[in-house]
Amino acid sequence: MSTRLAKQGRLIDRSKQIEFTFNGKKLKGFAGDTLASALLANDQMLVGRSFKYHRPRGLVASGAEEPNALVGLGVGDRFEPNQRATTTELFAGLAAQSQNHWPSLEYDIGEVNSKLFSRFLTAGFYYKMFIHPRPFWKHIYEPFIRQSAGLGKAPDTELKDADTYEHFYFFCDVLVIGGGVAGLQAAKSAAETGAKVLVLEEKSCWGGRTPVDGGTIEGLDAEEWIARTVAELEALDNVTLRSRTMGAGVYDHSYILGYERLTDHAPGQGGPRHRLWRIRAQQTVTATGAIERPLSFAGNDVPGVMLAGAMRDYLVNWGVTPGQKVLVATNNDDAYRTAIALHEAGVEVVRVVDARESGGGELSDRVRDLGIRIECGRAIAKVKDGKRVTKVAICAQNGEGGAREEIEADAVAMSGGWSPVVHLWSHCGGKLTWDETQAHFRPDPDRAPTGHDGAPFVVTAGSASGPLGLAAVMADAAAAGAKAAEAAGRPARTVTPIATSEVTEAPMEPVWLMPAKADIELRMKTWLDYQNDVKVSDVQLAAREGYESVEHTKRYTTLGMATDQGKLSNINGLAILADALDAEIPQVGTTTFRPPYHPISMGAIGGEARGEIFQPLRKTPMYDWHDSHGAHWEPVGHWRRPYAYLRSGESLHEAVNREVKNTREALGLLDASTLGKLIVKGPDAGRFLDMLYTNMMSTLKIGKCRYGLMCSENGFLSDDGVVARIDEDTWLCHTTTGGADRIHAHMEEWLQTEWWDWKVYVANVTEQLAQVAVVGPNARRVLEKLNGQAGGGQAGGGMDLSPEALGFMEWQDGEIGGFKARAYRISFSGELSYEIAVSASEGQAFWSALIEAGREFGVMPYGTECLHILRAEKGFIMIGDETDGTVIPQDLGLHWALSKKKDDYLGKRAQSRSHMTDPDRWQLVGLETLDGSVLPDGAYAVGNGVNANGQKNTIGRVTSTYYSATLDRGIAMGLVKHGPKRMGEVIDFPGLDGKTYQARIVDPVFYDKDGEKQNV
Amino acid sequence: MLILDCPYCGVRAEETELHAGGEAHLKRFGPGSSDEDFHDYLFMRENPRGVHFERWRHVSGCGKWFHAARCTQTLEVFGTYSAQTTEPPQQITDAISAKRPGWTWRGLSD
Amino acid sequence: MSEAVSALNGASFAGLARVEETGLGGMITLRGDFASAAFRAAVKTATGGDLPDTRRIAFGDRGAVAWMSPDELLLLVDYAEAAAVTASLARDLAGEHHMAVNVSDARACFTVNGASAREVIAKVAPVDLAPGQFAPGDFRRTRFAQVAGAFWLDEADVFHIVCFRSVAAYMFNLLSTAAHPQARVGVYS
Repeated sequence: MSTRLAKQGRLIDRSKQIEFTFNGKKLKGFAGDTLASALLANDQMLVGRSFKYHRPRGLVASGAEEPNALVGLGVGDRFEPNQRATTTELFAGLAAQSQNHWPSLEYDIGEVNSKLFSRFLTAGFYYKMFIHPRPFWKHIYEPFIRQSAGLGKAPDTELKDADTYEHFYFFCDVLVIGGGVAGLQAAKSAAETGAKVLVLEEKSCWGGRTPVDGGTIEGLDAEEWIARTVAELEALDNVTLRSRTMGAGVYDHSYILGYERLTDHAPGQGGPRHRLWRIRAQQTVTATGAIERPLSFAGNDVPGVMLAGAMRDYLVNWGVTPGQKVLVATNNDDAYRTAIALHEAGVEVVRVVDARESGGGELSDRVRDLGIRIECGRAIAKVKDGKRVTKVAICAQNGEGGAREEIEADAVAMSGGWSPVVHLWSHCGGKLTWDETQAHFRPDPDRAPTGHDGAPFVVTAGSASGPLGLAAVMADAAAAGAKAAEAAGRPARTVTPIATSEVTEAPMEPVWLMPAKADIELRMKTWLDYQNDVKVSDVQLAAREGYESVEHTKRYTTLGMATDQGKLSNINGLAILADALDAEIPQVGTTTFRPPYHPISMGAIGGEARGEIFQPLRKTPMYDWHDSHGAHWEPVGHWRRPYAYLRSGESLHEAVNREVKNTREALGLLDASTLGKLIVKGPDAGRFLDMLYTNMMSTLKIGKCRYGLMCSENGFLSDDGVVARIDEDTWLCHTTTGGADRIHAHMEEWLQTEWWDWKVYVANVTEQLAQVAVVGPNARRVLEKLNGQAGGGQAGGGMDLSPEALGFMEWQDGEIGGFKARAYRISFSGELSYEIAVSASEGQAFWSALIEAGREFGVMPYGTECLHILRAEKGFIMIGDETDGTVIPQDLGLHWALSKKKDDYLGKRAQSRSHMTDPDRWQLVGLETLDGSVLPDGAYAVGNGVNANGQKNTIGRVTSTYYSATLDRGIAMGLVKHGPKRMGEVIDFPGLDGKTYQARIVDPVFYDKDGEKQNV
Repeated sequence: MLILDCPYCGVRAEETELHAGGEAHLKRFGPGSSDEDFHDYLFMRENPRGVHFERWRHVSGCGKWFHAARCTQTLEVFGTYSAQTTEPPQQITDAISAKRPGWTWRGLSD
Repeated sequence: MSEAVSALNGASFAGLARVEETGLGGMITLRGDFASAAFRAAVKTATGGDLPDTRRIAFGDRGAVAWMSPDELLLLVDYAEAAAVTASLARDLAGEHHMAVNVSDARACFTVNGASAREVIAKVAPVDLAPGQFAPGDFRRTRFAQVAGAFWLDEADVFHIVCFRSVAAYMFNLLSTAAHPQARVGVYS
């Protein structure tokens, strides 16, 4: 059984007991435990079930590489699936649930998968099943897969994550990722040059695994050296140390993401849960250490089979042993350290099985001296299946698995050698080289990732570079720190050697399969990827089926595609593939390493952007008034505009109809502040606007307004609006609400990149002004009342708003009701209409004054839907409705706005291309249903005949469609082939509701065709 | 995420402050141009693996457009320069030649 | 004439740093030729300040001048004076290609003040806020999370931020969130 030992456990505080639950069961651990160590201490060897076969699984590792111990953590709005027990610090009240089982962890029905279906669930299962008879998929396989598939369970979709998150931008000379002895030494070397250094360590404590492995540095015990060095670094102004912060990814131009877990270990502490560091470092040192590889033998996934280094971690760091009788299997000397540690902790080591014929070096001698039996040239043939290790059969390594000896054991420590953690080196293109002696891929320092200046920006340090011995690690780290600082522009320094203890180790021997010629029965029980349930036999099958590329094999078998991204499985799988293909490992190559190194929370990626700051909401100065007067909001870009103002008991449709009628019959007010307002000024401004607009703007008289169209260089209609000539060299251009920033940028682009010698300045004054459209038969009356000019005239010093003083399509500056204002006599409704601009800071006051003064004239505010209906009744186009990026002004009957006098304007040349002048282009018409109903929005009209796909030919589509309260019927506009020539014809619009709507082609101006109402 | 030095305000701006504007040094063809020239101006773009010239705007900064010479393969930036030019300045082409001997791009070359 | 009101009417938040909407400030966008003597003289007359260096803000006895781009300045003056100063700039620069526009009402102004002010801004703007890298008198246009903004540091170590008026509430909530009392980073404070 796995238990807590009476002694040991450098990271735990036995005086602080912590209660937690696992599957509802109350358990106890200590401060300093991880969830993994605490589970082991409670003899909870079984921690989950595998994804595909639901096989019982236990802890294999002690860090981020753990593939099995994924749990659902937390409850309610703090529940998160797939959290690693090994990287979860224990806290009081922690609630964890195991995953992938039904009905319980101990007894799982899905486990029959592995017994009954495993021969169907081989590599490429999904691909093969997709191809087989379709009914099989739908009725047999899919329900079966749906029931058993899925990693963990999704959080309740009704609940919102209760935590907050944030980002932090940071800049430094040297970033060190990894706070083990190599990272600390590299940081020290870099800091000595005066470089600004940031050190990130994913765990809560510094020093990495050296305190577990033992040794001395500069005459100090590893733990003492670490404490001293951390204290030294903390005292330096140019160094920042962050624990619980993982270097998650290395990106182009030396951009690195750090993932800081602030409250995962102390929920309820308050403040953000995670902080995403967005780091720009001159140089990055990856001191990310190495990961131990499992050995591939049958039953290597039975709970109790653990990496030798991890078992040592549990012993030394947390005082926990996974078993009482442990068998050690290895191909290298490092696992002997585990045998020694177990022995020192009083745990029986039943056998060391060393695959090497010649055995190990100094460490194995020590183990032998302790009286532990070592067998060389031997292998594990099979670990007996079950919920934990009970028996291990051993055999000759160089055989097929016969002549077995069965040994009683309750845990197995395995080591297949160590691979450097090359992920961060590789994220941005760092290349690897195959190291024959260590049988691993290590970073090739001559092919480092390069940055914006073409120079390398990542340096590896310590065992992340390849070396595993302490002396080599420290020398490499010191050099790496100095090298990075120098590359970051700091002075070069010679590195002084660092004295360490030294152990002579015998070379490791690659062992990719145990025993070397294991038969198929064994290979089908030999796991490579624990999380995705990929076995040696699956990779071999893929190779037989023709998958030669490692990238293809990965996808076909799903090897390395689980949440651990193959940290344990990749090299082993690769070696099996190489063997099956009869190729060398370096020729097969590795798959691509992609960030993040370890999954990070979605919350951290989103940062502060949630709730009311999920995205910016743009508000006009009158926003609060609208909100308190029943505004039903409509998003227009980032703006929020009232769609309509709801009165109590009213439906939205009723509100819109009321607003339409009232504006036509009495007085409506529209908050038009969102419309873009761009000032264009300079000696060449007229010439510039003539290029931007399709019509002539340079000839516009001061004091006058003109409606204009803008096209892209492709000829397509891009924006429209009223332009006012302010003075000799100044124009004010109105744009659509969504067009302000875009058209401002469009103007700057042409001025800066094409006509840079033209003397024109543009300023966006959209937000300087609050603008109100005062619309309806009583529009003039309310303004005159505000000016104290009831009955007309110029009394009160206000602006003269009479038709004589301010005619249609004219503007004037002056005062209205005491407000400094500019009045435009323009109309987008067909009614008598003024648009009045005042300073934004006075917008609300002006609006309130209009509402107050307008009472006797029946004033009502109106929203965007009413605006749309009013304009549609008049046949005015709307950018974004009648246009969609494929429509040219000619399609909309706007020929009158295309200047024939100008040699050039943006879009002119394009509009003469053959397709643009095609008489078959769909053109704007009005549409009236025969029964008065409203045409469905976006409906297509069908004509005679069918296309190549047997579908009816389309001959037009609806672009705008509304119920007109003014006319009490549906009105619409649309683009129809040969439309203007087909007035009076009835065409069919099949609706999605199965009905066919019949509509007559009519003139798009439905109301007041002669424009009498606006000209009063 | 790329960083580019804005030649106007001197900020080393990260990509989130910038707006990419496509290929640099296009020659505008307007009314009177041939169908072929106009078509090429509107639609035909270089898509090199290697040296490339681009337009960028420091949109969340000084608002100015500028040019960047960049390697599309390694993302190395050879330099940034004024938008008010129809061709890259000598100092930029020299910098490219030093790093990518034999380079060519449209009508330009080492 | 009614009283002019700022977007948030002086809202404030106290956390890691004090975030405050500072009400209406007079602001003039001035574009023109920085090399022109008349231009420089007009700036001096308007603010009492000299033309600032690139990405700097210069202070005069009547206001301040911030560098926006190679042909654009932002003049900071009293709100009540902004219209008059804009008009006099236009007079002073008549005959010279320029543009002077009163943008006082288009903006919202904030201060961020306190030991953690640098960290608060570094959470939302992609700018190096280390003390040696951003000093009093430095002026930077950038983005604050998802909106455009400009900021500078004054001699009293107070950060000033300007953004568009329509996103004032977003900016205030953004800065207040970043200044959550339990969200100290501990790098610059």
